[in-house]
Amino acid sequence: MADQPTATERFLQGILPENPVYRQLLGLCPTLAVTNGMKPAITMACSVAFVLVCANVVISLLRNLLKPHLRIVIFTLTIATFVTIADRVLAAYLYQMSKTLGPYIPLIIVNCLIICRCEVCASKQGPFVAASDALGQSLGFGLALASIAAVRELLGTGGLFGYQLLPAAWPDWVIMVLPPGAFITLGLLLGLVNWYSARKSGGSI
Amino acid sequence: MSKISEIEGAGLEGPTLNVAPSPHVSDMTFTTKRMMTDVLIALVPLVAMSVFVFRGYAVKQLVVCVVACLASEALFVSMRGKKITLTDCSAVVTGIILALSLPGTAPWYVGALASVVAMGIGKIIFGGLGMNIFNPAMVGRAFVMIAFASLMGAGAYENPAGVVDAISQATPLNAFKGSGIATPVFDLFFGFTNGSIGETSALAALIGGIFLCIRRTASWEIPAGVLSCVVVLAGLADFAAGAGGHVLLHHLFGGALLFGAFFIATDPVTSPLTPRGKFIFGVGVGALVMIIRLFSGYPEGVMFAILLMNAVTPLINRWTIPHPMGDA
Repeated sequence: MADQPTATERFLQGILPENPVYRQLLGLCPTLAVTNGMKPAITMACSVAFVLVCANVVISLLRNLLKPHLRIVIFTLTIATFVTIADRVLAAYLYQMSKTLGPYIPLIIVNCLIICRCEVCASKQGPFVAASDALGQSLGFGLALASIAAVRELLGTGGLFGYQLLPAAWPDWVIMVLPPGAFITLGLLLGLVNWYSARKSGGSI
Repeated sequence: MSKISEIEGAGLEGPTLNVAPSPHVSDMTFTTKRMMTDVLIALVPLVAMSVFVFRGYAVKQLVVCVVACLASEALFVSMRGKKITLTDCSAVVTGIILALSLPGTAPWYVGALASVVAMGIGKIIFGGLGMNIFNPAMVGRAFVMIAFASLMGAGAYENPAGVVDAISQATPLNAFKGSGIATPVFDLFFGFTNGSIGETSALAALIGGIFLCIRRTASWEIPAGVLSCVVVLAGLADFAAGAGGHVLLHHLFGGALLFGAFFIATDPVTSPLTPRGKFIFGVGVGALVMIIRLFSGYPEGVMFAILLMNAVTPLINRWTIPHPMGDA
């Protein structure tokens, strides 16, 4: 346990070196499903951030009481508690957005990104490190979602956040806001990130 | 002498299935370039017919798609750090087939985007010619078909100011599906109808297609499978409607069926390797075309049928591996 990463390292790792979407390929279900616009993507990223930070801190506080054979159950119950809070808050204050996101908010419970962070970091390190780890991962997740959503919404509707940015003559690429657009965009951006990191580290793909 | 060489030849051919990336070179004259040149020659009647019926619209689509395909092939291949091989003509063939499958009225960016997607996502991303799973031209067309549904759907075919009066109408299959109006079989056969610019003339597709089959550039098993399956299924639909053969001929000569069966489904890269597999592939394409035409919201299904069968091509290859005699 001596050489666990520090809080700063955990935070920075989440943004690109261990980006949940582009590096670990975790949490792809919401990544593909809600990135047809910036608004749902940002809402999803904020919900995941709330759940991840709360769950990581609680698990970290409980870490000395965890029994190895029961830990996954405890993780899931903790996550489910915060997901329910997020779901109900959205339904109360952002009803339309809650309708748009549909089942994908409740599905955060089974988002492997959060269980992964509980297992990797929170069940081994203190609450401060766990919180900064959660923040870094959430930031990485939010950046990934926003980058995919920006490409899809811009090409698919000619605007961002519902505001028209491209000239009115822009022909909307409807396919980009449909499911195939999600797979194509994710694949191409993933390739771009790999290409960029390979170039930076001086290696070849 | 001849006996010995026959035995040796048989031993050399052997029972193993060659899995190098196709198109396969069985003798030195049978190169990719020769195949692609054959396809270009076979496409001449279709291109001529499309230019005759649609005039400037056809020329515009052909130029846009061929130029965009060549440019994007050069761009993506050089991005991969490979040597640019435009001279094997495969990009030109993709461009022409793509252009022929588009409606004449579609704006220039439809063809250009379809070409970029066809070469980039359809072909080069898999590793270039011979490695792609799906027919590149159909990948590009499927992309713009979903992206610009209003420019590619029924409305796109409504009002080109063409040379033949018949083309200010809906396409034959749209009219047939939407309002039960059947186009005279004569017009369908010669191509004086509306449609994607290369699909209207059954005669031109047959001339080019039979040339390809005689040259062995296209395997005859695939169009044979497609057409026999369509004849059976359309025959059933014909019998059920009591149309006395008209529905059957309408399905056979209408839409992109013959164009697709001879030129797109026979792509050696994305179709099975064995003769039996090719026939199964063709039957599958024919069945899916008829299912989509008869039971779905789309009037035409050649593109989706071919893409779906491309996806199961590895499976068909596996099923139809020839077993050596005496092997259990």
